[in-house]
Amino acid sequence: MPKALAGYRICDFTGQLAGAGATRHLAAFGAEVIRIEDPVNEGRWDILRGQPPYKDERRGINLGGSFNNHNVGKRGITLNLRTERGKELLTELVEVSDVVSENFSAGVMDRLGFGYDQLRAIKQDIVYVSNSGFGKQGPYGTYKTWGPIVQAVSGLTWTSKLRDLEPAGWGYSYMDHTGGYYMCIAILAALHHRNMTGEGQWVDMSCTDAGATLTGPAVLDYTANGRPTRRDGLPDSNHNRWPPMAPHAVYPAEGEDNWIAIACRDEQDWHALAAEVGEPWTGDPRFATLDGRIEHEASLDEALGGWTASRDRFETAERLRAAGVPASAVQRPGDRIDHDVNTSAWGLWPTVRQTDMGDVRVDGVPAHLSETEWELEHGAPNLGEHNEEVYGELLGLDADEIASLREEGVI
Amino acid sequence: MTAPAGPHGPMHGLRVVELCEEIGEFAGKLLADMGADVVKVEPPGGSQTRSFAPFLDDEPHPDRSLFFWHYNTSKRSVALDLDSEDGREAFRRLVTGADVLVEDRAPGWMAERGLDYEDLRGDNPDLIHCAITPFGRSGPRADDPATDLTILAGGGPMWSCGYDDHSIPPVRGGGNQGYQTGCHWALITILTALLYRDGGGGGQFIDVSLHAASNVTTEAGSYQWLVAQETVQRQTGRHAGVRESGPTQVQAKDGVWMNTGLFPRRPHEFRTLIEWMQELGLYDEYEQSPLLEVGAGMDRMLDMARAAEDDEEAALLTAGREAMIFLVERMDAYDYFYGAQERGFQVGIIYAPEDVIEDPHFIARGFRTEVEHPELGRSFVYPGAPYAFQGSPWAITRRPPLPGEHTAEVLAELDHA
Repeated sequence: MPKALAGYRICDFTGQLAGAGATRHLAAFGAEVIRIEDPVNEGRWDILRGQPPYKDERRGINLGGSFNNHNVGKRGITLNLRTERGKELLTELVEVSDVVSENFSAGVMDRLGFGYDQLRAIKQDIVYVSNSGFGKQGPYGTYKTWGPIVQAVSGLTWTSKLRDLEPAGWGYSYMDHTGGYYMCIAILAALHHRNMTGEGQWVDMSCTDAGATLTGPAVLDYTANGRPTRRDGLPDSNHNRWPPMAPHAVYPAEGEDNWIAIACRDEQDWHALAAEVGEPWTGDPRFATLDGRIEHEASLDEALGGWTASRDRFETAERLRAAGVPASAVQRPGDRIDHDVNTSAWGLWPTVRQTDMGDVRVDGVPAHLSETEWELEHGAPNLGEHNEEVYGELLGLDADEIASLREEGVI
Repeated sequence: MTAPAGPHGPMHGLRVVELCEEIGEFAGKLLADMGADVVKVEPPGGSQTRSFAPFLDDEPHPDRSLFFWHYNTSKRSVALDLDSEDGREAFRRLVTGADVLVEDRAPGWMAERGLDYEDLRGDNPDLIHCAITPFGRSGPRADDPATDLTILAGGGPMWSCGYDDHSIPPVRGGGNQGYQTGCHWALITILTALLYRDGGGGGQFIDVSLHAASNVTTEAGSYQWLVAQETVQRQTGRHAGVRESGPTQVQAKDGVWMNTGLFPRRPHEFRTLIEWMQELGLYDEYEQSPLLEVGAGMDRMLDMARAAEDDEEAALLTAGREAMIFLVERMDAYDYFYGAQERGFQVGIIYAPEDVIEDPHFIARGFRTEVEHPELGRSFVYPGAPYAFQGSPWAITRRPPLPGEHTAEVLAELDHA
């Protein structure tokens, strides 16, 4: 099967998930992503390199589980940009690349001498996509972030909570994933634009901007209606008001910390649920209409939770879905990875071979393409694993030259 | 496609037909705000999402749904009855002239009407048809009912979100992120297929699963299990983890919550903190201030791992952490956020959406986007660009359409094509 992005070369300085996650998807569709790492500090400008989780008792710079997950299918080279020779080699690499991608703090690329103006001077139609917490432009350009800080400032932490409680927020770096998605979209869109017009460009990605676009109706309710979300113990994100649905929440199930989510979209769902439950409270006149169920939502949730609490979360969800009612167990990682027919049939957890780790499972791609399907061909690169290939085959250096680069600490 | 000169978005010239309700219409917006000509096909009565709250001035009306507004900027609207042969014929012609079809109908719906990829590709072999469904068109449970809540419950995000107290249910992150994550993947794959076409390839069918998309958007939730068969546990306002971490959420003097982020570990960070506390006149009030001096006098960075065995290391780290919390509790949240970040401390104010849109940084980046609604005689501030394209700017090129507003215009274009 052909690869959609074959022939595109990415000169990749990204790290962690917000950056590395973006170029991972390009590699899955066949782009040549060349990850550039610093030989002096063993690539630790990506703080995940060599970090847990580990597959077995071994530890080391090439054995980090999250790094492997975020960098599958990429090539890796080392390059010391403190040296003049290193800068020359980067210049040669940029000359033969379509994209330069990075998620350093603002100012780092300029200090290295490879800001957009310099990149454009090297290759006129280069696509340069930078991604940082607050973008390079604007008063917070130098502020430091990671996922939870981005989520806090962009409104996503606040909008994830239950009534009268403090924010629960996102229990992981949702905006590192999603910032990476936007960075990937920006790279692809800018490449298409270049294909159509011949023009490259710089895209200044800010993860907090991207995050702030993800609560749109709440923003408009404020700007158009003047109604803030800070009111009446809200937000209350397990319930739903846009559109109103009730019941719509997460209910206890049999066992320790087991839960089931149930959502009735309309009267048909409610009647189907009531028939499955078959207890007298479902006929309570207070629950006869959507308005009534919302007005008495606390009582409704208590009654439904009383029914679910003694039942198995998987069996109950299956039974409700069979009756047409949206329902799902709150799945643990092991449930959805090892015991979910939806993910196994999809091929969502492919095994890749990482040179030092051996076989290890990673996140797959949640789309299937009929003509240019994705493929994760190998694990993340070891530090400098593709130096011979890139410096030799791509840039045309011979073995002696590569050996002397290594001796001089350039690679 | 030709690309006229001028400041257009990067997708200028791309013709997109969108047949979406709440699951997929965000994908249409993402394309439209990047300059694509997105024609939204609505049933004669208008899209369902026009009936979604909130409404302008709380008056329910198909033209006043703010939910619909947000997700349908920059699009044109064509009203077609796809249960009539005339409507289907117009739809086929529309798609024949399009580059991309994005739809979120239930599996089988398009095929029943003779409008699926197999029916459409004959007249348009370059068509990129992207279907966004809860479990994927090809999945064994493709027909199961789902909403954003049940997708996030089954797909993994919810297991990681909630409170330290596990008698409280796990929490769905707000804002239909399960749908939006599927739309992000629709964009990544549509654009990938488009680049394949730019290089001489043909069209294709793309099957996006919301369930799969959430499953690969859980960070450690997944890889901790994939690599080490360990299960993360939810914690209030911070990463779900295999091991418990210390609280990071504190309420400031004005009641606004703060993510206290990373605490001082390096000597210069302790020094900066001391000077800030002195400026604020709070240094002498802080009982552990002598320990801050010790931290500032160290010749190395403090080490979290070492703190487990070394009481002094632990005491210094604790003194730094508690000093930051001491400050938050005595300051308004924004003053703390600004003061700390200006001094290089990674902290985050927990903004509500209404705070973000008023913040000076977002204003300076042009995030507030005025959109004129002429028939209402008003303009409204919408959220702005998720990315700042310097050469082909993102823009809301038109307000969300009225139902079927462009039916005559678009059908006339087909006649002249």
